[in-house]
Formats: sequence, C-alpha cells, structure tokens
Amino acid sequence: MSTEGVWAYAIVAAESAARRAEGLTGVAGEPVRIVAVNDTAAAVGSVPLEYFGEEALRHNLEDLDWLGSTARAHDRVISHLARSGPVLPLRMTTVYLNDERVGNLLMNHGDDFTSALAAVAGRQELGVKAYADQKALRGTSDSPGAGKTSGTAYLLRRKRELSDQEETYSIAAQSARRLHDTLSRYAVDAKRKPVSDQSLSGRAGWIVLNSTYLVEDSQADEFRRAVEALNDELVGIELEVTGPWPPYSFTGDLAAS
Amino acid sequence: MAAVLVHRRLGRFMSAALPAEQEWDNNREIALVDLLDRVLAGGVVISGDITLSIADVDMVVISLRTLVSSVGSWMDVQGAPHGSAGT
Repeated sequence: MSTEGVWAYAIVAAESAARRAEGLTGVAGEPVRIVAVNDTAAAVGSVPLEYFGEEALRHNLEDLDWLGSTARAHDRVISHLARSGPVLPLRMTTVYLNDERVGNLLMNHGDDFTSALAAVAGRQELGVKAYADQKALRGTSDSPGAGKTSGTAYLLRRKRELSDQEETYSIAAQSARRLHDTLSRYAVDAKRKPVSDQSLSGRAGWIVLNSTYLVEDSQADEFRRAVEALNDELVGIELEVTGPWPPYSFTGDLAAS
Repeated sequence: MAAVLVHRRLGRFMSAALPAEQEWDNNREIALVDLLDRVLAGGVVISGDITLSIADVDMVVISLRTLVSSVGSWMDVQGAPHGSAGT
C-alpha cells in the first residue's frame, strides 16, 4: 500500500501549467507538479499519508500551528499560480490516493473547469472588513441629567441605554448594507461572509461587515479608492481591505466528485 | 482590530510585512483568520479520495474559532496598534 497521497492545490489551464508551477514547493515541502488531461491541469504534490491521511488530517487540523503553516503553504502555491494566469483554488484538504484519480477528475470535469477559469480570468478577489466604534456610531449624545441617582432616574437611564444599544445595532446594520451595496457596484460579483467571532476583535471596534468582491484587475485601484472614500465619509466605521486573493470565494458553485 | 491582534499573537506564521500590498506577493502579510476564512470555507469543493467532508471542515472551523477566541483572550488588548495595513 502506498504511503503517499496526492494533495491537490488548484486547477489551471493545461497550457503552460508546468512552467507556471516550476520551482514551487507545497504543504509537505514537496515539489509541486502538474497532472494534465486535455485542456485542464491540476497542481498537486505527493505528501506522506502519515501526516496527510484522513486520520492524521483530522487530528492535525485541530492544531493551530499546523493548520496555520499548512494553510499558508497551500495559499502560497495558489497565489503564485494566480500571478501568471487564471486559477481555481481547491479547498484545503483535497487529497487523492494517486495521480490516476486526479486524472479522472480532470477528464470528467474539464469543461466545467475551463468555463470557471474563464469566469475568473483577469479578476481578483478583494476582501473588506468594517469595524464599528459603537460610541462614535451613536454620536456623542450622552445622556443629560446623568448626575441624578434616584431610582427613577436610574430606570430612565437604563431604558435609554437599551434603546441606544438597539439603535446602534440598527445603524451598524444599515451602514453595512449600504457599504456592501456601494462596493458591489465596483465588482463583478460580491459576497457577504459571516462575521468572525466577536471575541476576536478584543477592542472597541466590532466587526459589522465581512465581505468579499471579485473585481476586474483593471478596476482594483478604483475599488480601493472607493473603500478609502467610504472610510473617510462614514463616522464610527473603519474599513480594512485584504487581498488581492486568488478567487477563493468565487469559484462558483463548482462541486465535483 | 481582529486582524492586527491575531497578527501579534501568531507572528510566527507571518512572513515579513511588506508594504507592496498591491502586488501578488507571496510574502504579503495575511491575517490567519482571513486566510482560513478562504482556504477552509472557499475554493472548489471536490470529493477527493481522502478529502474530509464539508461537515468535517465546518467542525474544524468551529473548533478553530474556539482556539482563535482563546488566543484573543491571551492578547494584550490595551494599546494594540490600529494598523489598518489594508487601506
């Protein structure tokens, strides 16, 4: 029984695939190579099943150090390929038993891959996160008469705080929607993603928008300028752009077996 | 800012930060949380021979969130630089 599996990174056009993958090393430090069938090719690497087999993966993925460095290595290969042409990233932990199985995939889904590659050609993914400062968002309408300490005053203040809170959430939701709508105009496709765990922010800023956009390479500067303009315009909200990414979030609803 | 905080704790995963963010630069600085958000939740889903099923990956992401959250609580929140490297 083989002790190696085939880790798959991405799908590219078969033409010039080998040249594009030249010199790359993958998640196990292995050389990245190409399996090509007809018009499409997969960038793959042989990895020891001792670490990348199903049981080992299950275990290793729980290890943040392992996960972090493997994710970086996986992304490094895909990002490098993205520099020289369209690429379809494969979800991390797609592992085959041998090259023949990879070949079957290309044989069965070559046309789907070719059209998906055409859909991302000349485009890049840019992520945007919006962090809100609750106080600034609400404005500086600090309650008058806060000095009073009677029971009634306390209850009134408490009530006002609660409705302030609701109002803040509502303002934040509106701002997020407006931001997303505005930025979507600069993109050929757009997605809102779930916001990360609130405890991640660990400071006054709380994430109100985690979205990502497929942007024409030629429009990327304009997109970034639009983000900057919104950043200046919106009180209490700070925007952060990530990327350019390979089109991780825009590989369509491609799912193949 | 989450990204920055994660950077600080997980600095050993970070390549040296370069200012040239616009380029397809392999050394570009990436927050782990944003990266995992893409490599584990994005990309073409293909059932390879050994691929963990999506449900499994979701589980991983969930347990990862727990991990990262606990990372968050270790961190020195006070005075974290507001380094919006992206804009």
